[in-house]
Amino acid sequence: MSALQGDTSHRDESHRDTSQRDRTYNFAYLDEQTKRMIRRAILKGIAIPGYQVPFASREMPMPFGWGTGGVQVTASILGPDDVLKVIDQGSDDTTNAVSIRKFFAKTAGVRTTTRTGEASVIQTRHRIPEAPLHEGQVLVYQVPIPEPLRFLEPRETETRRMHALAEYGLMHVKLYEDIARHGHIATTYAYPVQVDGRYVTDPSPTPKFDNPKMNDCAALQLFGAGREKRIYAIPPYTQVVSLDFEDHPFEPYRHDAACALCGATESFLDEVITDDRGSRMFLCSDTDYCATRRAEGEQGGPSGPPERSKETHGA
Amino acid sequence: MYVAVKGGERAIENAHALLAHARRGDPSVPEISLAQISQQLALAVDRVMSEGSLYDRELAALAIKQARGDLIEAIFLVRAFRTTAERFGASEPIDTAAMAMDRRISATFKDLPGGQVLGPTFDYTHRLLDHDLVAGGPVPEPARAPAAAAAMPRVTDLLAADDLIEHSGAPDPAAPVGDLTREPLGLPAERDLRLQNLARGDEGFLLALGYSTQRGYGRTHPFAGEIRFGTVEVELFAPELGFAVPLGRIAVTECQMVNQFGGTASEPPRFTRGYGLTFGQGERKAIAMALVDRALRARELGEDVKAPAQDEEFVLMHSDNVQATGFVEHLKLPHYVDFQAELGLVRRLRAEFAAAARAGEPGIPEAAE
Repeated sequence: MSALQGDTSHRDESHRDTSQRDRTYNFAYLDEQTKRMIRRAILKGIAIPGYQVPFASREMPMPFGWGTGGVQVTASILGPDDVLKVIDQGSDDTTNAVSIRKFFAKTAGVRTTTRTGEASVIQTRHRIPEAPLHEGQVLVYQVPIPEPLRFLEPRETETRRMHALAEYGLMHVKLYEDIARHGHIATTYAYPVQVDGRYVTDPSPTPKFDNPKMNDCAALQLFGAGREKRIYAIPPYTQVVSLDFEDHPFEPYRHDAACALCGATESFLDEVITDDRGSRMFLCSDTDYCATRRAEGEQGGPSGPPERSKETHGA
Repeated sequence: MYVAVKGGERAIENAHALLAHARRGDPSVPEISLAQISQQLALAVDRVMSEGSLYDRELAALAIKQARGDLIEAIFLVRAFRTTAERFGASEPIDTAAMAMDRRISATFKDLPGGQVLGPTFDYTHRLLDHDLVAGGPVPEPARAPAAAAAMPRVTDLLAADDLIEHSGAPDPAAPVGDLTREPLGLPAERDLRLQNLARGDEGFLLALGYSTQRGYGRTHPFAGEIRFGTVEVELFAPELGFAVPLGRIAVTECQMVNQFGGTASEPPRFTRGYGLTFGQGERKAIAMALVDRALRARELGEDVKAPAQDEEFVLMHSDNVQATGFVEHLKLPHYVDFQAELGLVRRLRAEFAAAARAGEPGIPEAAE
């Protein structure tokens, strides 16, 4: 159970299974005063869904821009009984995910997992797991630029005012200009959403493919931006709408391919170039999802885009 | 076939072992000691202490050794150590007028009480490579003089006595000490937080910004009223005792910049101030910081904010090299997923473009059509 959900035993060292953790630092690295400050910011964020709460971000032992916001959020909510999963690009095995998972294994001694369903806290960069999240889970996003209006208006003083007045016309103009120039909304990741009918919010640089998963999600979604010193949250079962127009509705990205390993056609696929003659194959970005499907007996098809008639695997 | 993202854990361990090996270098060369770094690369240690915001020569030297001489990496190491250290109070303001002086120069007065003291400086050296240092060897004893008996008043205090420069105002002991490492920086920021930000800020960034003000981007007509380097006592007020107790001495460099100011209908003309302070000997940084501090006071002094150095949000949000290097270098991290999404869109747009070309239609109609 995560600290946010009522565990208050952190200050009492005796409650923890500390057999394997490095005791040079406090449980989960951060000192308790810092965790309390961050938890207050998280609670405020939950109370005002999508609102960016300023917090006194700390210098962490990994670089800014490499997940310090997510790491601070995770460190603040982690309890000794939590089971942690860390993914980057959907995978548990990318180097930065490995590094962050090892950090918490070392400083908190918590159990880690690669299985989405088993984790109580999932820290992620750039993806939302394919398997639906369930109640009691917390999804912690690493956020580089928390301000969805930043590339339209570089000044923080201005964007805070725009949020306060719910003055989001500029964003709609940007999306409209995309359509006018390209025929499509040319935003493929970090696609802006409106949370609970109020704050326009940055989903972090997840592909827009993942946006529908944010809506009415059973898990608590927390967002940490360390360098920019902002935390925001989407409580469970909150309405999250991707911005669009009536005549240009939001359309999630679809691949014209199937996973070469598990045959999935409904998951986000990574393209892997296999030689210097243009050969390529597609693989599930979510490695746990892919491994689970393979364990269930699903198999991959040809590595190239499949012909529709041959498509046999369902979601 | 599917190896690209597998084996991350072992790859990291191997990379770290290789890093340790590369750090040590050729084992036939003696390993460098922290004392050597602290003594012989003293200015690197000073910079790491300043921008790392932690006055500890030994830890700074360790960070430099661990970082293989990469000072921003060393600053990062010091910051990550400092960040969880408990704060148990704020010291009394240091009194730089009572500094035990190693160096003190003024560019505004040829002579002044206490005189000009050059001290250990690169100034007026000819930048010719000194091949005597290749072999090393004993250096001659420097000349010595008794410490100045009288205090050396600050140039700005002398000017202030004649009301020729704005007064810096007495500190309010009851006012809370701003600390942007404990509270997120709000904008607009008051001068105490701006100065803290600049003191932690990257020397190179401040150097370029300060330089830009000299070249006309937010010109402030500066004079280096005084630059002084030496040690000052740090005191902490102990409530149990009812008085301030000395904690020790630290070396600092202070730059008091004297800048022109036209005056207004209600204010007589007088000089204005820019202020720079670093741990250890950091003159370049202190001077640049004073230039930028003065430029950032444009709003307060009713000047037009037109140049980057005057733009508080631009300067304060981009001065921190630990933040900057982290975000710039994070481009090394995988971005497969986002790139895949972009790739898909570009392919789709190209397919539509090609289809339109085949059909003999112009591309996408303009929105106004």
